[in-house]
Amino acid sequence: MAVVSRGFQGRRRQPGAGLVPPGQYLVDDFPVLSAGPTPEVPLERWDLTVVDESGAVLARWDWEAFLALPAEDVTVDIHCVTRWSKLGTRWRGVSVDTLLDGIDTDAEFAVAFCDGGYTTNLPLTDLLDGRAWVAYGYEGEALEPEHGGPARLLVPHLYFWKSAKWLRGLQLRAEDEPGFWESVGYHNYGDPWREQRYWGD
Amino acid sequence: MPAPTPAPARWLVATVAETVPETARAVTLRLDVPGWPGHRAGQHLDVRLTAEDGYSAQRSYSIASPPGAERLELTVERIDDGEVSPYLTTVADVGDQFEVRGPIGGWFVWDPADPGPVLLVAGGSGVVPFRAMLRHHAATGSTAAMHLLYSARTRADVIYRRELEELAGPHRAVTLTLTRETGPGWTGRRGRVDADLLAEVGWPPEVQPRCYVCGPTPFVEAVARALVDLGHAPARIRTERFGPTGSAGPTGG
Repeated sequence: MAVVSRGFQGRRRQPGAGLVPPGQYLVDDFPVLSAGPTPEVPLERWDLTVVDESGAVLARWDWEAFLALPAEDVTVDIHCVTRWSKLGTRWRGVSVDTLLDGIDTDAEFAVAFCDGGYTTNLPLTDLLDGRAWVAYGYEGEALEPEHGGPARLLVPHLYFWKSAKWLRGLQLRAEDEPGFWESVGYHNYGDPWREQRYWGD
Repeated sequence: MPAPTPAPARWLVATVAETVPETARAVTLRLDVPGWPGHRAGQHLDVRLTAEDGYSAQRSYSIASPPGAERLELTVERIDDGEVSPYLTTVADVGDQFEVRGPIGGWFVWDPADPGPVLLVAGGSGVVPFRAMLRHHAATGSTAAMHLLYSARTRADVIYRRELEELAGPHRAVTLTLTRETGPGWTGRRGRVDADLLAEVGWPPEVQPRCYVCGPTPFVEAVARALVDLGHAPARIRTERFGPTGSAGPTGG
């Protein structure tokens, strides 16, 4: 039983509040949060790769080739573990299904890796079946660097730290391996509807 | 990789033992939290407020007290249209209770085992986790050089001003800079934290200081970029950016 905080009323009738997972609140702006400086990589040096456990490259696209892939426009709700949620965000990107099409793998897990050294881990199935994208457009504009541009992972059904900014590739793995935040106290899976914020949740 | 953090699975009851006004907008709450497992300097925690009808709201706040302090301390700055900070800064009084869960975050932390030097750069209430680090530095007698560069708008907005003066010493330096009004008699710095100021009060990149930057997003973006431009390795720079409610935490947007 939670203790009652004397005199606390709160802002309970926030419009749309029924649409957010437990412990979240809605924002209109788009907060920026990350562990270090925003990396700057010129597009001519940018590429996106899919690699296996040994690091062997299974697929690679430079920026031009990446943009030539079939793109999708998606509208999704996003939920950050720091408790803000934002409804109806519009993105343009390439489905991970498209990126992995034709790659033959027994992998059950993936590690997303990024400029700046950030990593995050996910079960491979969470990246498939239209549930994940590599996004390069946001609200009709190019994705800004502070929000992860030129391209970021977008996995809206998990807490937003799984949607790695400044994405440079996916490693397909047989075994799970905790990523950056997952190694320092944050939940390995991160389902916002089950409030999997931290280790032990 | 930093040492693992124990899972902060349990909500604990926090009772306000004392409130200390810091500025017109910021208050330090000294809390009794039976069962608090301890924390590292720079970590944060979650606060949960619950109304009589069961409605609750949660936010994250940096911990202001060093590891091992007698009481757990939070310094909260009021956000006028916020949901939790107005309660914590203007309603919560001695004897009032809410819940906390933590500690959280094993990245934006400083440990005495780190040989230093350490540059701390704060914007506004971003100084809170650095107060924990400076006090921990003092309490452990660390000889790692630690320098806080703290930007506030006006003299009246400086949180912990007297305490920071007292904490400055042989291995700890504090530099204040005011971006708006300095007022008569101000002998400190004026203006924003930019590359020139960082080059002057910080260490050169060759010394490889660990840099921590905490504050509102535009401040953190500008300072982190300036540090990289000066030649500091991005991997030596740790940032914590405040969301719209002034709460601390990792990643995301």
